[in-house]
Amino acid sequence: MGREGLDLSDANKIVILGGGQAGAQAIQSLRMGGYEGALTLIGDEPSLPYQRPPLSKAYMKGEFAEERLFFKPAAWYEDNNVELILSTPATRIDRKNQTVEMAHGAHIEYDALVIATGSRPRSLPLEGADLENVHDLRGLTDVERIQPQMIEGRNIVIIGAGYIGLEAAAVARQMGLSATVLEMAPRVLARVTSPVMSEFYEAEHRRQGVDIRTNARLARLEGKDGKVTAAILEDGTSLPADLVLVGIGILPNEELANEAGIACNNGILVDRDARTSDPRIFAAGDCASRPLVHYGRSSRLESVHNAIEQGKLAAAAILGKPRPPEDCPWFWSDQYDLKLQIAGLSQGYDQIVLRGSPEERKFAAFYLKNGTLIAVDAVNSAPEFLASKKLIMMGAKVEPDTLSDTTVSMKDIAAAAAA
Amino acid sequence: MAKITYIDHDGTERVVEAKNGETVMEAAVKNSIPGIDADCGGACACATCHVYVDQAFMDKVGEQEEMEKSMLDFAENVQENSRLSCQITVSDELDGLRVTTPESQH
Ligand SMILES: Cc1cc2nc3c(=O)[nH]c(=O)nc-3n(C[C@H](O)[C@H](O)[C@H](O)COP(=O)(O)OP(=O)(O)OC[C@H]3O[C@@H](n4cnc5c(N)ncnc54)[C@H](O)[C@@H]3O)c2cc1C
Ligand code: FES
Repeated sequence: MGREGLDLSDANKIVILGGGQAGAQAIQSLRMGGYEGALTLIGDEPSLPYQRPPLSKAYMKGEFAEERLFFKPAAWYEDNNVELILSTPATRIDRKNQTVEMAHGAHIEYDALVIATGSRPRSLPLEGADLENVHDLRGLTDVERIQPQMIEGRNIVIIGAGYIGLEAAAVARQMGLSATVLEMAPRVLARVTSPVMSEFYEAEHRRQGVDIRTNARLARLEGKDGKVTAAILEDGTSLPADLVLVGIGILPNEELANEAGIACNNGILVDRDARTSDPRIFAAGDCASRPLVHYGRSSRLESVHNAIEQGKLAAAAILGKPRPPEDCPWFWSDQYDLKLQIAGLSQGYDQIVLRGSPEERKFAAFYLKNGTLIAVDAVNSAPEFLASKKLIMMGAKVEPDTLSDTTVSMKDIAAAAAA
Repeated sequence: MAKITYIDHDGTERVVEAKNGETVMEAAVKNSIPGIDADCGGACACATCHVYVDQAFMDKVGEQEEMEKSMLDFAENVQENSRLSCQITVSDELDGLRVTTPESQH
């Protein structure tokens, strides 16, 4: 299989750092892959590993039972002999002695280590950010604080119009709150998608009664008795706020790796096997910067698909198994009755082709570069999404006129490209 | 509660006690049933939880919504008893359900 790096197939002590999507996947893939040695998870959250997407969607709305968030029940970890060290931050990686140190002073040895520490929300660098009822939205404990305040008639101010901010705005409206979204950029989703999509989502949120303010310059948050009461813009506008959600992006949790001398550059640098510059140490998920084989560059990705795939890649590399497939990156977002499915990465596109109609709330925007399909944003359009995944992995060139022609099915387009 | 039998493409049967309210996908994942990837965790976004439902249960597993239908339209080896298992909610009525997993979810 031509894989580079140290043979770890006789590893007998594997430590996973961080029990999120990537860490949980690595654990499952190691055990399902036949690994029988010691397997320890060190995680700083109190709960069993869980999925985050519902936190800004059905779970936030109260329509999704907590136990459904957990990947596996507690008994699974027992049955599979996985030692869980929860509520415990790791504080240092000692590469020379191959140990991980934990906050309470103890340490644990490893033959192979998977860093899956994820990312953390960027904090708001403004006055008032530490007031009560100003929240991040990353973990279960955040939602436990936010949810009791999601009460009909209250004012929520959401800072940042990324996917998480907009999903939360949709939930807030569905729960009867007044919602305001403040975005510094001239359009919503500016960092992640094209103007066509931004326009569509902006119009949809306005129609649903969200007060979307782009080009908004937030000056500070104001409070009374330590609790937030208003968001003040630079032009003096005061927006009443009973609670504030901050969603202005994330930062990779790469510090432990960096301090241990592992190569990092906006993410822990890994190869196609999720291996870092230390051959015994792997990094997976939001914290890692990985080669994107379909795009000829490396980058961090913030998605469930990426975390799962890299968890699998790391486990396979440790066990000396063939490298699992590297899929084209994909993501989804649910807002109101709109399911957005994204395949590929649109950065660098030179042409957009629309298929279907935004008015009917069922359409796709295809992104081409030199005639090659590199990404799609598909709204309520599963075939467009699923076909594009395949087309992107093939590096297919597709005629814009064919893509926009809804009388030609996506199945036929994919079949023609494969022929 | 419902007893659900998952049959993999080799014919191996595995029986699981599923709780009411969880989905046929969740019951499988929590019990380490192979052949169901469920990458999106039940969001009807990935089509990697495809199963074939025993004919006798086709009218008990509920109707497909538009999104599921269009996802399945594109999956590999679809049959008329194909469903996304994350879109089937367990109830007493499903006791005895048998579903078969495809050879691959991709
Ligand atoms: C609200 C929300 C909605 C989302 N919606 C979607 C979606 O719809 N679709 C999609 O594809 N993606 C979505 N994402 C992104 C997706 O959830 C993440 O990309 C994914 O969780 C990344 O997995 P991970 O394992 O890298 O990190 P995480 O899941 O964040 O797990 C990292 C874990 O490591 C722990 N940790 C960090 N440092 C230490 C330390 N020093 N010691 C011990 N433990 C540590 C963290 O506390 C955390 O538990 C969403 C994210 C959020 C927050
Ligand atoms: S689990 Fe993703 S579609 Fe069913």
